[in-house]
Parts: sequence; structure tokens; C-alpha cells
Amino acid sequence: MSQKPHLDRESGRHLFKQMMRIRRFEAKCAELYQAQKIRGFLHLYDGEEAVAVGVMQALDDRDAVVATYRDHGHALARGLPMGTLMAEMYGKVEGCSRGRGGSMHFFDRARRFYGGNAIVGGGLPLAIGIAMADKQLSPGAVTACFFGEGAASEGAFHESMNLAKLWNLPVLFVCENNLYAMGMPLELAEAETDISRKAAAYRTPSEAVDGMNPIAVEAAATRAVASIRSGNGPYFLECRTYRFRAHSMFDTQLYRTREEIGLWRERDPLPRMQKWLEETHMLSPQEVRDIEADVEAEIGEAVAFAERGQWEKIENLERFVLMDEVPE
Amino acid sequence: MNEQAAKAGANRMTYREACRQAIREALTNDPRTFLMGEDVGLYGGCYAVSKGLLDEFGPQRVRDTPLAEATFVGAGIGAAMAGLRPIVEIMTCNFSLLALDQIMNNAATIPHMSGGQFAVPLVIRMATGAGRQLAAQHSHSLEGWFAHIPGLKVLAPGTIEDARFMLKAALTDPNPVMIFEHIVLYNAEGELDPDVIHVDIANARIRRSGRDVSILTYGNSLPKCLAAAETLAADGIEAEVVDLRVLRPLDNATIFESVARTRRCVIVDEGWKSGSISAEIAARLSEDLFFELDAPIRRICSREVPIPYAAHMEEAALPQTRQIVDAARSLVKPQ
Repeated sequence: MSQKPHLDRESGRHLFKQMMRIRRFEAKCAELYQAQKIRGFLHLYDGEEAVAVGVMQALDDRDAVVATYRDHGHALARGLPMGTLMAEMYGKVEGCSRGRGGSMHFFDRARRFYGGNAIVGGGLPLAIGIAMADKQLSPGAVTACFFGEGAASEGAFHESMNLAKLWNLPVLFVCENNLYAMGMPLELAEAETDISRKAAAYRTPSEAVDGMNPIAVEAAATRAVASIRSGNGPYFLECRTYRFRAHSMFDTQLYRTREEIGLWRERDPLPRMQKWLEETHMLSPQEVRDIEADVEAEIGEAVAFAERGQWEKIENLERFVLMDEVPE
Repeated sequence: MNEQAAKAGANRMTYREACRQAIREALTNDPRTFLMGEDVGLYGGCYAVSKGLLDEFGPQRVRDTPLAEATFVGAGIGAAMAGLRPIVEIMTCNFSLLALDQIMNNAATIPHMSGGQFAVPLVIRMATGAGRQLAAQHSHSLEGWFAHIPGLKVLAPGTIEDARFMLKAALTDPNPVMIFEHIVLYNAEGELDPDVIHVDIANARIRRSGRDVSILTYGNSLPKCLAAAETLAADGIEAEVVDLRVLRPLDNATIFESVARTRRCVIVDEGWKSGSISAEIAARLSEDLFFELDAPIRRICSREVPIPYAAHMEEAALPQTRQIVDAARSLVKPQ
């Protein structure tokens, strides 16, 4: 890995473990989907882990996160307990959205996780508003807003980019460019395929970063967050990445070749990171096995938690449609 | 004009002034509240509702937005989720369609979809309705549409008092509340009862009592129905006029009580008849009050056309007092 700004053993280990948590968790999700324990839509983040893990490293507890429907990685990297995520996908009341959201709609008020949003581009305006509130109520806080490159075609993207700069709001725009909006290739969708250049039209500083490299993502996100916290307004990161698996469980992937997937797999952040950590003697093979064992144990507990969870009572079906009070 | 009215010490004011006083009071009382929308500041509001408020409260509290309905409405939702109490003005309900995704998929949905972790204490105000020869794209009545959506509250102030006090109640509600102010009513004048400083946003209100027929309505159709009731009274027919006020959730109790008593019902709605709030009310009455009715339910709605520009066509397209009179009379004194 080329960029390694002062990476110490502990943070290297942390990045690796976080990515592995997401990778292994989702492998279990796919298995449970086949077993029909998880239903509905299931969008896997497989291949893109370095983005969420790298960006979250730059954030504090005071910061806010707006995620997409491909939100497992964002949620785990932000620190949502794995058991509540699995329970949510099981549809159990112990889930992080009490079984009302499922895979695409993880929420966590305590961790300022403002939800996986399943309308492409739908989360960007929310991020504008959260940043407006923070600017008044919690100066210094940053809202990290994740979205795919498909969102760059939506009007809400352009409106939000404009408002963020116009009002000098503390928003970190994180474009996860995995080259396909579902099956729509970037070059068929955009007149300007260099997404990071779009920020220039809104006088917003931007960087394109290797989204398969968590160290590079963390470094860029750290620069971006420092700029935002110092009052310079929004910042735009385009993380160039790839999803190894299908868009969802119903996708036959007619729009891309095995060769292309194979080429990207060579850049898989997990084995690359492991190799690099081992070569630089930051991680021994035994330590890798220990991390794997930790992660597998955590997943086992998450599944057990979900399995023993309860179903929401049907008499509570309409609860929260109208709120009785604003939660504090 | 405002100063003059204030100096006169009168409680007489226009609907527009009532709306403005409501916003001023909200901005004064809660630092978390701000007004945001197109031309609300420098221009003073498309319908002059917020005139003067920019000078009074400054650009952070009275915030002009670019023409980006989806995003400034979505920003209001995000700000509400993160601790503020925004008032978002959409210039007219016709433009609310550009923000429909944010209203329906976020504001109405997130409290439930998050398992109650996030509320959206947001107020969205907008002008609605026809009658000013503004043609189809500026004459829609969409309040009935929004009343379809669980998670929203939908208000239609038809009186000066409601224009003055519904906003306060809406801002203290933990849910997204949409207020539809009818464009024709902004110039309406009325007297405020100095003893009233609060209204609820839960109940329909009987604006005129009567024993013979219930006329259910809201918004700018309310004055038309009250005028119809006067005409009917001269003919010996006592019509009761129920101002729905709150289109979601509907106040079944007040509606059912009135209709059960008069046993006859006319519903007057400026929306189109198909799939409308009038259809919803008629369905509820037929489900729950079928055996109390002495006559079929009648509906007076807009004709099913895009509202045309020319005055005679626009008039023909909208509910008019004469039709209301005829409908009520036909129920009470069938030929």
C-alpha cells in the first residue's frame, strides 16, 4: 500500500479487523438469506469495506452518519452492535429498527446513525439539514453522507452540493463509486465520468481516492474532516471501489464480465492489507488467526442473539407511525 | 398596514396577517425555530406572508433558499431530526410535488422505519387551491393527496383564528405537520377573539349549527358553505356547517355525531372527486353510519379537469355556493 501516513500497529490491526468483521458478517448474511432466515432485499458491501472503515476512522462520536441501503458496512464500522443488525435482518424486535427497517434501514440514535436510505440520493438533503442543526447546536460536528455514484445523476445530489457550499455547512460527501448504478455502467449514465470533478462546479474541495485501500481512505477522510471542522464548509471524497457480488440477491449480472470482476478481485482490500501487515511485521499469522476467531465468535453471538429475539407484537404494528414525543 | 392594524389595537386582521403573526410568535419564542423557503426573506413571501420578518429576525432565522424543493424540504427534515424545529414554506402546493419523495419517503416514514428512534418535528406550510386564474400548474388542491399518507398530519385553516394559531400547535407536535393555506383566503378579514390564544389540531369544528343537513368542508370552501347555509336558512332549511380543519387524522367523532343528528350530508371539497378526501369521508360514513342516513351522501367537488385560466371556465370547474345550496336542498326537500 502506497499511502501510509504514520500507520501504527494498532490502527493497522484495527482497519484490518473492521474490514474482516464486515466481510465475514455479510458472508453469513448471504448464507442466512439462502436459508431464508433473512428475506427482502439484501445488498452486500463485499469489496467496498475499505471505504466505510477508512471514513469512520476520521469521525468522532459527535459526528453524524447518513448511509445508503447498502448500509451493513457503514453500520458496523460506525459501531452499531452486530447483534442488533442481525436481529434487524431477522425482523426481530431487538433489531436496531425494531424489525421495521430490515437490511436497508439500519438506524441508531445513540450513535447518530441517521439511517440507511433506500431512495438513491434521498439521504443527501437530510445530511444538509443535520449539518444545519449541528452548526447551530453542536459546532464542530461533521455529517458524513454516503451515496453511490448513481446518486450523482439525481437532482437532489446537485441541489445538496449547492446548498452545502452556499451555506458553508459541515458535510463530508462520500461518493462510493463502484462503477454501476445497479446495472447501469457509469459511462452510460454520466456525461462527466470523473465524479470528483463535479464538486468543482460547487466550489467544493474534492479528492478522488483509492477506495480499495483503507489507509488511503482514512488519510483523505482525515484531511477532509480537519478542513470541515476548521469551518471551511463541505468536502467531497470520491472513493473508487467495486462491489464483488451482485447488486442484490436477485441480480444475474448480465452487465459486467467475469474478467472485470476478476481484475478488481486482485485489488481486494482484505488480502492486500493482510499481506502488507504481515510483510511489515505488524501482524503475525497467529494474530490473523486470533482476529478471525474473534470475528467468528462475534458473528456467532450475533446470530444467536437474532435467533432468540422476539417478534414485535402485532398490536404494536402502528406504533411510531405518529410519535407521542420527540425522543431526547 | 400591519403597524396600522396594531396601532388601532384591533383584533381584526387578514388571514395573511394572522399567518405572519403566527410565524413571528414562533420565531420569537423558540431559538430552534426558523423559516426557510423560496422568497420568504428579501421578497417577503410570494403571498407577502413573511414580509418584514427578515429585517426582524435576520437571514439565519428567515432563510431564503434556492429553487430546490426536494433539498430544502429534505434539509428541514434532517434539521428536525437533529434537534431544530423548522418551518419550511413551499411557495405553493403545486411545487410540493418536487419534494414529494422527501415528504413521503423520509418525513412520513422515518419515525416508524427507525423503530421510533427519530421523530420529525417539522412544519411545512404551503399555499393551495384555485380561484385566481393562475391556470392548471398553479391551481392544484393537493391536501387530500397528502392526507393519504400515514405519518403526516394535514391541516387546512379556513378561518383567521386557525391561520393565527394552528402553527403554534403544529410546532409543538412531534410529527411532520403540513399546513395548506388557501390562496383566496389570504385577503379574507376577520375578528380574533382576544380570549383565544390556542387551537387544537385534532378536531373538526361546527361553524354553524343546524338540524336538517350537515355540510362537511374545509379551506376556502368553508365561506362558500356558510353563504350557502344563509341562503338555505331563508328557505327554512337549517344547515350545519362542519369545518374539517384537520384532514389527517380525520375527526370521525365530530363528523359522525353531526351526520347522525341531521341524517343528511353534503361534502364540499375543492379537490377532484376521484380518490379524494371527500371520497374517504363518504366511505367512512357509509361504513359506519349507513343506517343513520335518510338520504344518499352528496359531494360537490372540482370538475375533473386541469383548472383552466379563463374566468368563466375556472368558475365552472370549482365548487360554487349555488351548487351547495342545490345539493343540500335536494336532500332535505326532494322534488
